[in-house]
Amino acid sequence: MSEERKVALVTGATRGIGRAIAEQLADAGLFVVGTATSEKGAATIADYLGERGTGVVMNVADDGSVADTVKHISEAHGAPLVLVNNAGITRDNIMLRMKADEWSEVINTNLNSLYRVSKACLKGMTKARWGRVINISSVVGTMGNAGQANYAAAKGGVEGFTRALARELGSRNITVNAVAPGFIQTDMTDALPEAQREALLGGIPLGRLGSPAEVASAVAWLASDGGGYVTGTTIHVNGGMFTG
Amino acid sequence: MSSIEERVQKIIVEQLGVKPEDVKSEASFVEDLGADSLDTVELVMALEEEFETEIPDEEAEKISTVQAAVDYIKAHS
Repeated sequence: MSEERKVALVTGATRGIGRAIAEQLADAGLFVVGTATSEKGAATIADYLGERGTGVVMNVADDGSVADTVKHISEAHGAPLVLVNNAGITRDNIMLRMKADEWSEVINTNLNSLYRVSKACLKGMTKARWGRVINISSVVGTMGNAGQANYAAAKGGVEGFTRALARELGSRNITVNAVAPGFIQTDMTDALPEAQREALLGGIPLGRLGSPAEVASAVAWLASDGGGYVTGTTIHVNGGMFTG
Repeated sequence: MSSIEERVQKIIVEQLGVKPEDVKSEASFVEDLGADSLDTVELVMALEEEFETEIPDEEAEKISTVQAAVDYIKAHS
């Protein structure tokens, strides 16, 4: 398999952590297909990847969109053998005020998407007898965070899914892992109020936010041959704010 | 051109690593041929490829014996 250029699928690759992952996987020699929810986002991805990949529109929250897009990618570029389930949203609110939509949108986009996208990619990996599924979780899935019950529930679910799928597919040389970032400098954390930011930094031994590239390098390692004996685990990239 | 029975038998031998003489028509993939649930999914994938057809999940779950596989292919080709 190693002579042939492998295809990697990275969901939510327009910006932030997803973009850093797409770029590092491309640096590692994979052909990267990044997904976005808009044509504009897909064009941004195609632009920064250049010859090393492409951008497509796919809504991870929609069954039909995922099935059609993965089929199209497989026909056009080859079946994705590296899948990075990164796309995610937040709809923060304290539980007493949380709307049903805020709950279900987060669960659907951040957790149910793993069912859709992974299932669509697993046939190809099974056939190839080689595959890497890497799910982007969050330190919040382990520690919890006030105002993020929906997000924490989804990310805790992501890690359980990771462990179960790793057991299911180990015999086919498919590894399944999660990477759980702490607080990373992205649009998602830029939205935090200043006071909350300061309080957060106090709880991080390294005293700073992480960079998307520092998360992406953990993902790239899991996708590499060197990461081949690691499965069913969660790698924490959080500056020490949670030490399992 | 081999018969459908022969082509199905060949795929089962390859996928499950069993002897051709064990692939009797009444043999069950799981009980008689030692397949696990992932093996049966892969077997269906191999049948799809060989016979250039798509077998929906709900039909695939019913294909549990050699005869059932042959019958499905005959009915859909």
